Amino acid sequence: MVRLAAALVITLAGAAAAEPQRVVSVNLCTDQLAMLIAAPGQLQSVSWLAADPSVSLMPDQARSVGLNHGSAEEVFLQDPDLILAGTYSTGPATEMLRRLGMRVETMAPATSVEDVRAAITRMGALLGQPARAAKVLADFDADLAALPKGAPRRATTYGANGYTSGPETLSGDVMRRAGLVLLTEGAGQMALEQLVMAAPELIVTGSRYPTPSRAESVLDHPALAAIPADRATVPDRDWICGLPAIVGTAERLAQ
Amino acid sequence: MKVLLPLSALCALLMLASLLIGPAGAGLGGSLAALWSGEGALGLVMREIRAPRAVLGLLVGASLGLSGAAMQGYLRNPLAEPGLIGVSASAALGAVIALQTGFATAFVLALPIAALAGAVLAVGLILIMAGPGGGSLALILAGVAISALAGALTSLVLNLSPNPFAANEIVFWMMGSLADRSWLHVAIAAPFMAAGAAMLWGAGRGLDALTLGEDAAASLGIDLPRLRLRLVLGVAAMVGAATAVAGAIGFVGLVVPHLLRGAVGARPGRLLAASALGGAALVLAADIAVRLILPGRDLKLGVVMALIGAPVFLHLIWRQRRGR
Repeated sequence: MVRLAAALVITLAGAAAAEPQRVVSVNLCTDQLAMLIAAPGQLQSVSWLAADPSVSLMPDQARSVGLNHGSAEEVFLQDPDLILAGTYSTGPATEMLRRLGMRVETMAPATSVEDVRAAITRMGALLGQPARAAKVLADFDADLAALPKGAPRRATTYGANGYTSGPETLSGDVMRRAGLVLLTEGAGQMALEQLVMAAPELIVTGSRYPTPSRAESVLDHPALAAIPADRATVPDRDWICGLPAIVGTAERLAQ
Repeated sequence: MKVLLPLSALCALLMLASLLIGPAGAGLGGSLAALWSGEGALGLVMREIRAPRAVLGLLVGASLGLSGAAMQGYLRNPLAEPGLIGVSASAALGAVIALQTGFATAFVLALPIAALAGAVLAVGLILIMAGPGGGSLALILAGVAISALAGALTSLVLNLSPNPFAANEIVFWMMGSLADRSWLHVAIAAPFMAAGAAMLWGAGRGLDALTLGEDAAASLGIDLPRLRLRLVLGVAAMVGAATAVAGAIGFVGLVVPHLLRGAVGARPGRLLAASALGGAALVLAADIAVRLILPGRDLKLGVVMALIGAPVFLHLIWRQRRGR
Protein backbone atom coordinates (compact mmCIF):
# COMPACT_ATOMS: atom_id res chain seq x y z
CA MET A 1 0.00 0.00 0.00
CA VAL A 2 2.75 2.40 1.04
CA ARG A 3 4.77 1.43 -1.98
CA LEU A 4 1.77 2.04 -4.22
CA ALA A 5 1.28 5.50 -2.75
CA ALA A 6 4.96 6.29 -3.17
CA ALA A 7 4.83 5.13 -6.77
CA LEU A 8 1.83 7.35 -7.36
CA VAL A 9 3.59 10.36 -5.88
CA ILE A 10 6.62 9.77 -8.08
CA THR A 11 4.46 9.41 -11.18
CA LEU A 12 2.56 12.61 -10.37
CA ALA A 13 5.77 14.47 -9.67
CA GLY A 14 7.17 13.23 -12.95
CA ALA A 15 4.08 14.43 -14.82
CA ALA A 16 4.34 17.85 -13.16
CA ALA A 17 7.98 18.26 -14.01
CA ALA A 18 7.48 17.64 -17.72
CA GLU A 19 7.08 20.92 -19.52
CA PRO A 20 3.45 21.29 -20.73
CA GLN A 21 3.26 22.28 -24.39
CA ARG A 22 -0.40 23.25 -24.85
CA VAL A 23 -1.49 25.37 -21.89
CA VAL A 24 -4.96 26.93 -21.68
CA SER A 25 -5.81 29.49 -18.99
CA VAL A 26 -9.42 30.35 -18.10
CA ASN A 27 -8.96 32.98 -15.40
CA LEU A 28 -8.00 36.63 -15.82
CA CYS A 29 -5.27 36.44 -13.18
CA THR A 30 -3.70 33.12 -14.23
CA ASP A 31 -3.94 34.42 -17.83
CA GLN A 32 -1.72 37.38 -17.15
CA LEU A 33 0.72 35.61 -14.88
CA ALA A 34 1.08 32.79 -17.43
CA MET A 35 1.70 35.27 -20.25
CA LEU A 36 4.50 36.82 -18.17
CA ILE A 37 6.24 33.52 -17.49
CA ALA A 38 5.41 31.05 -20.30
CA ALA A 39 7.86 30.41 -23.13
CA PRO A 40 6.73 31.62 -26.57
CA GLY A 41 4.22 29.21 -28.10
CA GLN A 42 3.57 27.40 -24.84
CA LEU A 43 0.19 29.09 -24.26
CA GLN A 44 -2.68 27.86 -26.40
CA SER A 45 -5.28 30.41 -25.30
CA VAL A 46 -6.22 32.73 -22.44
CA SER A 47 -9.65 33.91 -21.27
CA TRP A 48 -11.50 36.62 -23.19
CA LEU A 49 -11.34 38.87 -20.10
CA ALA A 50 -7.58 39.14 -20.58
CA ALA A 51 -8.29 41.01 -23.83
CA ASP A 52 -10.59 43.53 -22.11
CA PRO A 53 -8.51 46.66 -21.44
CA SER A 54 -10.76 47.72 -18.56
CA VAL A 55 -9.68 44.76 -16.41
CA SER A 56 -6.51 43.48 -18.09
CA LEU A 57 -3.04 44.99 -18.27
CA MET A 58 -2.06 42.84 -21.27
CA PRO A 59 -4.95 43.03 -23.77
CA ASP A 60 -2.80 43.10 -26.90
CA GLN A 61 -0.65 40.19 -25.84
CA ALA A 62 -3.80 38.23 -24.91
CA ARG A 63 -5.27 38.79 -28.36
CA SER A 64 -2.11 37.55 -30.03
CA VAL A 65 -2.13 34.39 -27.90
CA GLY A 66 -5.76 33.56 -28.68
CA LEU A 67 -8.90 33.75 -26.56
CA ASN A 68 -11.33 31.29 -24.97
CA HIS A 69 -14.58 31.83 -23.06
CA GLY A 70 -13.92 29.28 -20.34
CA SER A 71 -16.54 26.75 -21.43
CA ALA A 72 -15.63 23.10 -20.99
CA GLU A 73 -16.39 22.21 -24.61
CA GLU A 74 -14.24 24.96 -26.05
CA VAL A 75 -11.31 24.20 -23.77
CA PHE A 76 -11.54 20.42 -24.32
CA LEU A 77 -11.41 20.81 -28.08
CA GLN A 78 -8.15 22.75 -27.78
CA ASP A 79 -6.69 19.52 -26.35
CA PRO A 80 -4.58 21.16 -23.63
CA ASP A 81 -2.06 19.30 -21.50
CA LEU A 82 -2.48 21.85 -18.68
CA ILE A 83 -5.46 24.01 -17.73
CA LEU A 84 -4.92 26.97 -15.41
CA ALA A 85 -7.94 28.22 -13.47
CA GLY A 86 -8.74 30.38 -10.48
CA THR A 87 -10.16 28.75 -7.36
CA TYR A 88 -13.49 30.48 -7.93
CA SER A 89 -13.63 30.53 -11.72
CA THR A 90 -16.05 28.53 -13.87
CA GLY A 91 -16.53 25.73 -11.32
CA PRO A 92 -18.73 23.34 -13.33
CA ALA A 93 -16.51 23.67 -16.41
CA THR A 94 -13.27 22.88 -14.59
CA GLU A 95 -14.98 20.00 -12.77
CA MET A 96 -16.08 18.53 -16.08
CA LEU A 97 -12.61 18.93 -17.58
CA ARG A 98 -11.17 17.09 -14.58
CA ARG A 99 -13.67 14.27 -15.15
CA LEU A 100 -12.58 14.12 -18.75
CA GLY A 101 -9.07 13.41 -17.53
CA MET A 102 -7.54 16.82 -18.12
CA ARG A 103 -4.92 18.24 -15.77
CA VAL A 104 -6.49 21.29 -14.13
CA GLU A 105 -4.44 23.43 -11.73
CA THR A 106 -6.17 26.15 -9.72
CA MET A 107 -4.60 29.20 -8.13
CA ALA A 108 -6.23 31.15 -5.30
CA PRO A 109 -6.55 34.92 -5.74
CA ALA A 110 -3.63 36.79 -4.19
CA THR A 111 -4.51 38.68 -1.01
CA SER A 112 -1.04 40.00 -0.26
CA VAL A 113 2.27 40.80 -1.91
CA GLU A 114 3.69 37.58 -0.40
CA ASP A 115 0.93 35.68 -2.23
CA VAL A 116 2.08 37.26 -5.48
CA ARG A 117 5.65 36.12 -4.87
CA ALA A 118 4.45 32.58 -4.17
CA ALA A 119 2.20 32.61 -7.24
CA ILE A 120 5.08 33.59 -9.52
CA THR A 121 7.19 30.66 -8.28
CA ARG A 122 4.27 28.22 -8.52
CA MET A 123 3.41 29.38 -12.03
CA GLY A 124 7.02 28.79 -13.04
CA ALA A 125 6.85 25.25 -11.65
CA LEU A 126 3.52 24.49 -13.35
CA LEU A 127 4.74 25.74 -16.71
CA GLY A 128 8.10 24.02 -16.32
CA GLN A 129 9.80 27.42 -16.55
CA PRO A 130 11.48 27.88 -13.13
CA ALA A 131 14.28 29.97 -14.60
CA ARG A 132 11.92 32.43 -16.27
CA ALA A 133 9.83 32.64 -13.08
CA ALA A 134 12.97 33.27 -11.00
CA LYS A 135 13.85 36.18 -13.30
CA VAL A 136 10.34 37.70 -12.95
CA LEU A 137 10.52 37.22 -9.16
CA ALA A 138 13.98 38.79 -8.90
CA ASP A 139 12.81 41.86 -10.85
CA PHE A 140 9.69 42.05 -8.68
CA ASP A 141 11.74 41.87 -5.47
CA ALA A 142 14.13 44.54 -6.73
CA ASP A 143 11.19 46.82 -7.56
CA LEU A 144 9.67 46.17 -4.14
CA ALA A 145 12.94 47.01 -2.41
CA ALA A 146 13.23 50.23 -4.39
CA LEU A 147 9.71 51.30 -3.46
CA PRO A 148 9.77 54.80 -1.96
CA LYS A 149 8.11 55.14 1.43
CA GLY A 150 5.38 57.76 1.19
CA ALA A 151 3.97 59.88 3.99
CA PRO A 152 1.91 57.72 6.39
CA ARG A 153 -1.45 59.16 5.39
CA ARG A 154 -4.65 57.63 6.74
CA ALA A 155 -6.18 56.17 3.60
CA THR A 156 -8.99 53.96 2.40
CA THR A 157 -10.48 52.73 -0.82
CA TYR A 158 -14.13 53.59 -1.41
CA GLY A 159 -16.18 51.86 -4.05
CA ALA A 160 -19.66 50.83 -5.17
CA ASN A 161 -22.10 50.23 -2.30
CA GLY A 162 -19.60 51.84 0.07
CA TYR A 163 -17.21 48.88 0.05
CA THR A 164 -13.71 49.38 1.42
CA SER A 165 -10.68 47.10 1.19
CA GLY A 166 -9.42 45.79 4.50
CA PRO A 167 -5.87 44.76 5.42
CA GLU A 168 -6.46 41.15 4.31
CA THR A 169 -6.80 42.15 0.66
CA LEU A 170 -4.23 42.68 -2.05
CA SER A 171 -5.20 46.34 -2.41
CA GLY A 172 -4.93 46.75 1.37
CA ASP A 173 -1.43 45.27 1.35
CA VAL A 174 -0.37 47.36 -1.64
CA MET A 175 -1.54 50.49 0.17
CA ARG A 176 0.39 49.43 3.26
CA ARG A 177 3.54 48.89 1.17
CA ALA A 178 3.06 52.38 -0.21
CA GLY A 179 3.41 53.64 3.36
CA LEU A 180 -0.29 54.39 3.83
CA VAL A 181 -2.19 53.60 7.02
CA LEU A 182 -5.46 51.80 6.41
CA LEU A 183 -8.53 53.48 7.84
CA THR A 184 -10.46 50.26 8.34
CA GLU A 185 -9.47 47.26 10.39
CA GLY A 186 -11.86 44.88 8.64
CA ALA A 187 -13.01 44.88 5.05
CA GLY A 188 -16.63 45.57 4.26
CA GLN A 189 -19.25 48.19 3.80
CA MET A 190 -18.79 51.61 5.34
CA ALA A 191 -21.67 54.06 5.39
CA LEU A 192 -20.85 57.39 3.81
CA GLU A 193 -21.37 59.19 7.10
CA GLN A 194 -18.92 56.85 8.82
CA LEU A 195 -16.37 57.68 6.13
CA VAL A 196 -16.92 61.40 6.65
CA MET A 197 -16.52 61.04 10.42
CA ALA A 198 -13.37 58.91 10.08
CA ALA A 199 -11.69 61.88 8.38
CA PRO A 200 -9.38 60.06 5.93
CA GLU A 201 -6.40 61.88 4.42
CA LEU A 202 -6.50 59.95 1.13
CA ILE A 203 -9.49 58.40 -0.63
CA VAL A 204 -8.74 55.88 -3.36
CA THR A 205 -11.49 55.22 -5.88
CA GLY A 206 -11.54 52.74 -8.74
CA SER A 207 -12.86 52.43 -12.26
CA ARG A 208 -16.39 53.48 -13.13
CA TYR A 209 -18.58 51.75 -15.67
CA PRO A 210 -19.92 53.88 -18.53
CA THR A 211 -23.59 53.30 -17.65
CA PRO A 212 -24.78 54.45 -14.24
CA SER A 213 -25.85 52.25 -11.36
CA ARG A 214 -27.40 52.99 -8.03
CA ALA A 215 -24.59 51.05 -6.31
CA GLU A 216 -22.02 53.50 -7.67
CA SER A 217 -24.18 56.58 -7.12
CA VAL A 218 -22.76 56.91 -3.59
CA LEU A 219 -19.48 57.91 -5.30
CA ASP A 220 -21.25 60.96 -6.79
CA HIS A 221 -22.59 62.11 -3.42
CA PRO A 222 -21.68 65.75 -2.71
CA ALA A 223 -20.66 64.81 0.84
CA LEU A 224 -17.95 62.51 -0.52
CA ALA A 225 -16.64 65.30 -2.71
CA ALA A 226 -16.65 67.66 0.28
CA ILE A 227 -14.35 65.52 2.45
CA PRO A 228 -11.06 67.44 2.80
CA ALA A 229 -8.75 64.62 1.67
CA ASP A 230 -6.38 63.85 -1.18
CA ARG A 231 -7.83 61.74 -3.99
CA ALA A 232 -6.28 58.97 -6.01
CA THR A 233 -7.80 56.83 -8.71
CA VAL A 234 -6.54 53.32 -9.23
CA PRO A 235 -8.18 51.58 -12.19
CA ASP A 236 -9.38 48.10 -11.21
CA ARG A 237 -6.95 46.44 -13.64
CA ASP A 238 -3.99 47.83 -11.69
CA TRP A 239 -4.60 45.67 -8.62
CA ILE A 240 -7.41 43.24 -9.40
CA CYS A 241 -4.79 40.51 -9.96
CA GLY A 242 -1.61 39.68 -8.12
CA LEU A 243 0.90 40.63 -10.79
CA PRO A 244 4.35 42.22 -10.50
CA ALA A 245 2.75 45.39 -11.90
CA ILE A 246 1.25 46.13 -8.47
CA VAL A 247 4.59 47.67 -7.56
CA GLY A 248 3.80 50.46 -10.01
CA THR A 249 0.43 50.94 -8.33
CA ALA A 250 2.10 51.15 -4.90
CA GLU A 251 4.60 53.64 -6.28
CA ARG A 252 1.84 55.93 -7.56
CA LEU A 253 0.00 55.72 -4.22
CA ALA A 254 3.17 56.61 -2.34
CA GLN A 255 3.37 59.96 -4.09
CA MET B 1 -58.22 70.42 11.51
CA LYS B 2 -58.26 68.22 14.59
CA VAL B 3 -56.40 65.55 12.59
CA LEU B 4 -53.99 67.79 10.74
CA LEU B 5 -52.39 69.37 13.78
CA PRO B 6 -51.32 66.15 15.54
CA LEU B 7 -50.16 64.70 12.22
CA SER B 8 -48.01 67.77 11.56
CA ALA B 9 -46.52 67.49 15.02
CA LEU B 10 -45.79 63.81 14.41
CA CYS B 11 -44.06 64.63 11.11
CA ALA B 12 -41.92 67.28 12.80
CA LEU B 13 -40.94 64.84 15.54
CA LEU B 14 -40.04 62.13 13.03
CA MET B 15 -38.02 64.60 10.94
CA LEU B 16 -35.99 65.41 14.02
CA ALA B 17 -35.50 61.73 14.83
CA SER B 18 -34.45 61.07 11.24
CA LEU B 19 -31.82 63.79 11.52
CA LEU B 20 -30.45 62.39 14.77
CA ILE B 21 -30.26 58.68 13.92
CA GLY B 22 -27.45 57.30 11.82
CA PRO B 23 -24.37 55.10 11.82
CA ALA B 24 -22.06 57.98 12.73
CA GLY B 25 -23.64 57.92 16.19
CA ALA B 26 -23.03 61.45 17.42
CA GLY B 27 -24.68 62.98 20.48
CA LEU B 28 -27.96 64.88 20.32
CA GLY B 29 -26.64 68.32 21.23
CA GLY B 30 -23.51 67.98 19.11
CA SER B 31 -25.53 66.87 16.10
CA LEU B 32 -27.91 69.81 16.29
CA ALA B 33 -25.07 72.28 16.82
CA ALA B 34 -23.26 70.82 13.81
CA LEU B 35 -26.45 71.03 11.75
CA TRP B 36 -26.73 74.69 12.69
CA SER B 37 -23.08 75.62 12.09
CA GLY B 38 -22.38 73.17 9.26
CA GLU B 39 -18.76 72.98 10.43
CA GLY B 40 -16.48 69.99 10.62
CA ALA B 41 -17.08 66.41 9.60
CA LEU B 42 -20.29 66.18 11.66
CA GLY B 43 -21.63 69.32 9.99
CA LEU B 44 -21.04 67.67 6.63
CA VAL B 45 -22.84 64.54 7.79
CA MET B 46 -25.81 66.48 9.14
CA ARG B 47 -26.20 68.92 6.27
CA GLU B 48 -25.28 66.82 3.25
CA ILE B 49 -26.27 63.28 4.24
CA ARG B 50 -28.96 63.27 6.92
CA ALA B 51 -30.85 66.47 6.10
CA PRO B 52 -31.54 65.59 2.43
CA ARG B 53 -32.53 62.06 3.48
CA ALA B 54 -35.05 63.38 6.02
CA VAL B 55 -36.47 65.96 3.61
CA LEU B 56 -36.74 63.39 0.84
CA GLY B 57 -38.51 60.96 3.19
CA LEU B 58 -41.03 63.68 4.02
CA LEU B 59 -41.61 64.59 0.36
CA VAL B 60 -41.79 61.02 -0.94
CA GLY B 61 -44.16 59.95 1.83
CA ALA B 62 -46.42 62.96 1.33
CA SER B 63 -46.52 62.34 -2.43
CA LEU B 64 -47.43 58.69 -2.07
CA GLY B 65 -50.04 59.29 0.64
CA LEU B 66 -51.68 62.11 -1.29
CA SER B 67 -51.65 60.15 -4.56
CA GLY B 68 -53.23 57.13 -2.89
CA ALA B 69 -55.98 59.20 -1.32
CA ALA B 70 -56.72 60.99 -4.60
CA MET B 71 -56.90 57.78 -6.65
CA GLN B 72 -59.10 56.08 -4.09
CA GLY B 73 -61.39 59.10 -3.99
CA TYR B 74 -61.71 59.24 -7.75
CA LEU B 75 -62.22 55.52 -8.28
CA ARG B 76 -64.24 55.18 -5.05
CA ASN B 77 -62.23 52.09 -4.35
CA PRO B 78 -59.96 51.61 -1.31
CA LEU B 79 -57.64 49.30 -3.30
CA ALA B 80 -56.52 51.99 -5.75
CA GLU B 81 -52.93 52.56 -4.64
CA PRO B 82 -50.01 53.61 -6.84
CA GLY B 83 -47.73 50.79 -5.68
CA LEU B 84 -50.37 48.10 -5.88
CA ILE B 85 -51.75 48.91 -9.32
CA GLY B 86 -48.47 49.36 -11.11
CA VAL B 87 -48.08 53.14 -11.25
CA SER B 88 -44.90 53.05 -9.17
CA ALA B 89 -43.57 50.09 -11.14
CA SER B 90 -44.19 51.92 -14.42
CA ALA B 91 -42.51 55.04 -13.07
CA ALA B 92 -39.54 52.89 -12.08
CA LEU B 93 -39.44 51.46 -15.61
CA GLY B 94 -39.38 54.97 -17.05
CA ALA B 95 -36.57 55.96 -14.68
CA VAL B 96 -34.52 52.84 -15.39
CA ILE B 97 -34.82 53.28 -19.15
CA ALA B 98 -33.74 56.92 -18.81
CA LEU B 99 -30.75 55.97 -16.67
CA GLN B 100 -29.58 53.09 -18.84
CA THR B 101 -29.96 54.89 -22.17
CA GLY B 102 -28.18 57.98 -20.88
CA PHE B 103 -31.27 60.16 -21.38
CA ALA B 104 -31.16 60.93 -17.63
CA THR B 105 -27.93 62.88 -18.09
CA ALA B 106 -29.25 64.87 -21.07
CA PHE B 107 -30.62 67.62 -18.82
CA VAL B 108 -31.28 68.09 -15.11
CA LEU B 109 -34.95 67.12 -14.97
CA ALA B 110 -34.76 64.30 -17.54
CA LEU B 111 -34.91 61.54 -14.91
CA PRO B 112 -38.16 62.63 -13.19
CA ILE B 113 -39.71 63.44 -16.58
CA ALA B 114 -39.03 59.91 -17.80
CA ALA B 115 -40.49 58.46 -14.59
CA LEU B 116 -43.49 60.74 -14.96
CA ALA B 117 -44.03 59.52 -18.51
CA GLY B 118 -44.05 55.93 -17.27
CA ALA B 119 -46.50 56.83 -14.52
CA VAL B 120 -48.83 58.75 -16.89
CA LEU B 121 -49.08 55.69 -19.11
CA ALA B 122 -49.94 53.47 -16.17
CA VAL B 123 -52.50 55.81 -14.55
CA GLY B 124 -54.15 56.48 -17.90
CA LEU B 125 -54.34 52.77 -18.67
CA ILE B 126 -55.75 51.99 -15.22
CA LEU B 127 -58.46 54.62 -15.53
CA ILE B 128 -59.45 53.34 -18.95
CA MET B 129 -59.46 49.70 -17.88
CA ALA B 130 -61.21 50.22 -14.55
CA GLY B 131 -63.87 52.45 -16.08
CA PRO B 132 -65.42 55.47 -14.41
CA GLY B 133 -67.07 53.46 -11.63
CA GLY B 134 -63.81 51.72 -10.77
CA GLY B 135 -64.99 48.13 -10.27
CA SER B 136 -62.59 46.32 -7.93
CA LEU B 137 -62.00 43.33 -10.14
CA ALA B 138 -61.16 45.32 -13.28
CA LEU B 139 -58.95 47.68 -11.28
CA ILE B 140 -56.95 44.94 -9.60
CA LEU B 141 -56.62 42.82 -12.73
CA ALA B 142 -55.43 45.77 -14.78
CA GLY B 143 -53.11 46.75 -11.94
CA VAL B 144 -51.61 43.28 -11.64
CA ALA B 145 -51.03 43.13 -15.39
CA ILE B 146 -49.36 46.53 -15.50
CA SER B 147 -47.26 45.79 -12.39
CA ALA B 148 -46.05 42.50 -13.79
CA LEU B 149 -45.21 43.94 -17.19
CA ALA B 150 -43.43 47.00 -15.82
CA GLY B 151 -41.52 44.89 -13.29
CA ALA B 152 -40.42 42.39 -15.90
CA LEU B 153 -39.30 45.11 -18.33
CA THR B 154 -37.39 46.86 -15.55
CA SER B 155 -35.57 43.61 -14.78
CA LEU B 156 -34.86 43.09 -18.47
CA VAL B 157 -33.39 46.55 -18.96
CA LEU B 158 -31.19 46.16 -15.86
CA ASN B 159 -30.07 42.68 -16.90
CA LEU B 160 -29.05 43.97 -20.32
CA SER B 161 -26.98 46.75 -18.81
CA PRO B 162 -23.22 46.40 -19.33
CA ASN B 163 -22.72 47.58 -15.75
CA PRO B 164 -22.42 44.47 -13.53
CA PHE B 165 -23.91 46.35 -10.56
CA ALA B 166 -27.08 47.21 -12.47
CA ALA B 167 -28.64 43.76 -12.24
CA ASN B 168 -28.49 43.95 -8.45
CA GLU B 169 -30.47 47.13 -8.61
CA ILE B 170 -33.75 45.39 -9.41
CA VAL B 171 -34.26 45.20 -5.65
CA PHE B 172 -33.83 48.94 -5.26
CA TRP B 173 -36.29 49.81 -8.01
CA MET B 174 -38.91 47.39 -6.70
CA MET B 175 -38.45 48.02 -2.98
CA GLY B 176 -37.21 51.59 -2.69
CA SER B 177 -34.57 53.11 -0.42
CA LEU B 178 -33.54 56.56 0.75
CA ALA B 179 -29.93 55.66 1.54
CA ASP B 180 -27.24 58.10 0.39
CA ARG B 181 -29.59 60.47 -1.39
CA SER B 182 -28.41 64.07 -1.69
CA TRP B 183 -29.85 67.54 -2.18
CA LEU B 184 -29.59 66.93 -5.92
CA HIS B 185 -32.29 64.30 -5.63
CA VAL B 186 -34.45 66.63 -3.55
CA ALA B 187 -33.98 69.34 -6.15
CA ILE B 188 -35.03 67.23 -9.11
CA ALA B 189 -38.04 65.66 -7.38
CA ALA B 190 -39.46 68.65 -5.50
CA PRO B 191 -40.73 70.73 -8.46
CA PHE B 192 -42.74 67.80 -9.84
CA MET B 193 -44.11 66.95 -6.43
CA ALA B 194 -45.18 70.56 -5.89
CA ALA B 195 -46.89 70.72 -9.28
CA GLY B 196 -48.65 67.40 -8.63
CA ALA B 197 -49.76 68.48 -5.17
CA ALA B 198 -51.20 71.71 -6.57
CA MET B 199 -53.19 69.75 -9.16
CA LEU B 200 -54.55 67.23 -6.66
CA TRP B 201 -55.29 69.84 -4.00
CA GLY B 202 -57.79 71.52 -6.31
CA ALA B 203 -59.49 68.20 -6.93
CA GLY B 204 -60.80 67.88 -3.38
CA ARG B 205 -64.25 69.43 -4.05
CA GLY B 206 -64.69 67.28 -7.13
CA LEU B 207 -63.80 64.13 -5.20
CA ASP B 208 -66.30 65.01 -2.45
CA ALA B 209 -69.02 65.50 -5.08
CA LEU B 210 -68.11 62.21 -6.74
CA THR B 211 -69.11 60.25 -3.64
CA LEU B 212 -72.70 61.00 -4.71
CA GLY B 213 -72.11 59.34 -8.08
CA GLU B 214 -71.07 60.66 -11.48
CA ASP B 215 -74.41 62.13 -12.50
CA ALA B 216 -74.92 63.92 -9.21
CA ALA B 217 -71.38 65.29 -9.37
CA ALA B 218 -71.92 66.54 -12.92
CA SER B 219 -75.17 68.22 -11.86
CA LEU B 220 -73.25 69.93 -9.03
CA GLY B 221 -71.14 71.56 -11.72
CA ILE B 222 -68.10 69.29 -11.56
CA ASP B 223 -66.28 69.07 -14.89
CA LEU B 224 -65.54 65.33 -14.87
CA PRO B 225 -63.11 65.11 -17.82
CA ARG B 226 -61.12 67.95 -16.29
CA LEU B 227 -61.09 66.25 -12.91
CA ARG B 228 -59.83 63.08 -14.52
CA LEU B 229 -57.03 64.96 -16.31
CA ARG B 230 -56.00 66.67 -13.07
CA LEU B 231 -55.90 63.34 -11.34
CA VAL B 232 -53.87 61.56 -14.00
CA LEU B 233 -51.29 64.32 -14.24
CA GLY B 234 -51.17 65.02 -10.52
CA VAL B 235 -50.70 61.39 -9.48
CA ALA B 236 -48.19 60.75 -12.27
CA ALA B 237 -46.11 63.81 -11.35
CA MET B 238 -45.98 62.92 -7.66
CA VAL B 239 -45.44 59.18 -7.99
CA GLY B 240 -43.06 59.65 -10.92
CA ALA B 241 -40.86 62.09 -9.01
CA ALA B 242 -40.91 60.01 -5.83
CA THR B 243 -40.04 56.80 -7.68
CA ALA B 244 -37.31 58.41 -9.79
CA VAL B 245 -35.26 59.25 -6.70
CA ALA B 246 -36.29 56.62 -4.14
CA GLY B 247 -37.50 53.60 -6.11
CA ALA B 248 -40.97 52.10 -5.91
CA ILE B 249 -42.23 52.20 -2.33
CA GLY B 250 -45.47 50.29 -2.01
CA PHE B 251 -48.40 50.28 0.39
CA VAL B 252 -48.06 53.90 1.63
CA GLY B 253 -51.05 55.07 -0.39
CA LEU B 254 -53.05 52.06 0.76
CA VAL B 255 -52.35 52.05 4.49
CA VAL B 256 -52.48 55.76 5.24
CA PRO B 257 -55.89 56.67 3.75
CA HIS B 258 -57.28 53.47 5.25
CA LEU B 259 -56.15 54.49 8.73
CA LEU B 260 -57.24 58.11 8.43
CA ARG B 261 -60.55 57.75 6.61
CA GLY B 262 -62.58 57.51 9.80
CA ALA B 263 -60.86 60.50 11.39
CA VAL B 264 -61.81 62.89 8.57
CA GLY B 265 -65.42 61.77 8.37
CA ALA B 266 -64.87 59.70 5.22
CA ARG B 267 -64.75 62.83 3.02
CA PRO B 268 -62.24 62.27 0.20
CA GLY B 269 -61.49 65.99 -0.12
CA ARG B 270 -60.45 66.30 3.51
CA LEU B 271 -58.62 62.99 3.35
CA LEU B 272 -56.12 64.46 0.85
CA ALA B 273 -54.24 66.74 3.26
CA ALA B 274 -54.44 64.22 6.09
CA SER B 275 -53.06 61.44 3.89
CA ALA B 276 -50.19 63.62 2.70
CA LEU B 277 -49.11 64.19 6.31
CA GLY B 278 -49.80 60.60 7.28
CA GLY B 279 -47.79 59.28 4.33
CA ALA B 280 -44.87 61.53 5.24
CA ALA B 281 -44.97 60.26 8.83
CA LEU B 282 -45.14 56.63 7.72
CA VAL B 283 -42.21 56.83 5.29
CA LEU B 284 -40.09 58.79 7.79
CA ALA B 285 -40.85 56.21 10.47
CA ALA B 286 -40.07 53.33 8.12
CA ASP B 287 -36.79 54.96 7.07
CA ILE B 288 -35.83 55.32 10.72
CA ALA B 289 -36.78 51.68 11.34
CA VAL B 290 -34.60 50.62 8.41
CA ARG B 291 -31.61 52.32 10.02
CA LEU B 292 -32.31 50.93 13.48
CA ILE B 293 -33.08 47.30 12.57
CA LEU B 294 -30.12 46.59 10.32
CA PRO B 295 -27.70 49.52 10.46
CA GLY B 296 -25.32 49.71 7.53
CA ARG B 297 -27.06 47.02 5.49
CA ASP B 298 -29.43 49.28 3.50
CA LEU B 299 -32.57 47.29 4.30
CA LYS B 300 -35.08 48.31 1.67
CA LEU B 301 -38.02 50.51 2.61
CA GLY B 302 -40.39 48.26 0.70
CA VAL B 303 -39.66 45.40 3.09
CA VAL B 304 -40.76 47.42 6.11
CA MET B 305 -43.73 48.81 4.18
CA ALA B 306 -44.90 45.37 3.17
CA LEU B 307 -44.70 44.22 6.79
CA ILE B 308 -47.04 47.06 7.72
CA GLY B 309 -49.07 47.08 4.54
CA ALA B 310 -49.85 43.42 3.98
CA PRO B 311 -51.92 42.98 7.18
CA VAL B 312 -53.89 46.15 6.38
CA PHE B 313 -54.50 44.85 2.88
CA LEU B 314 -55.75 41.51 4.20
CA HIS B 315 -57.96 43.32 6.71
CA LEU B 316 -59.47 45.34 3.86
CA ILE B 317 -60.32 42.20 1.91
CA TRP B 318 -61.76 40.56 5.03
CA ARG B 319 -63.97 43.55 5.73
CA GLN B 320 -65.14 43.70 2.12
CA ARG B 321 -66.12 40.03 2.21
CA ARG B 322 -68.04 40.42 5.43
CA GLY B 323 -69.72 43.56 4.14
CA ARG B 324 -71.36 41.69 1.31
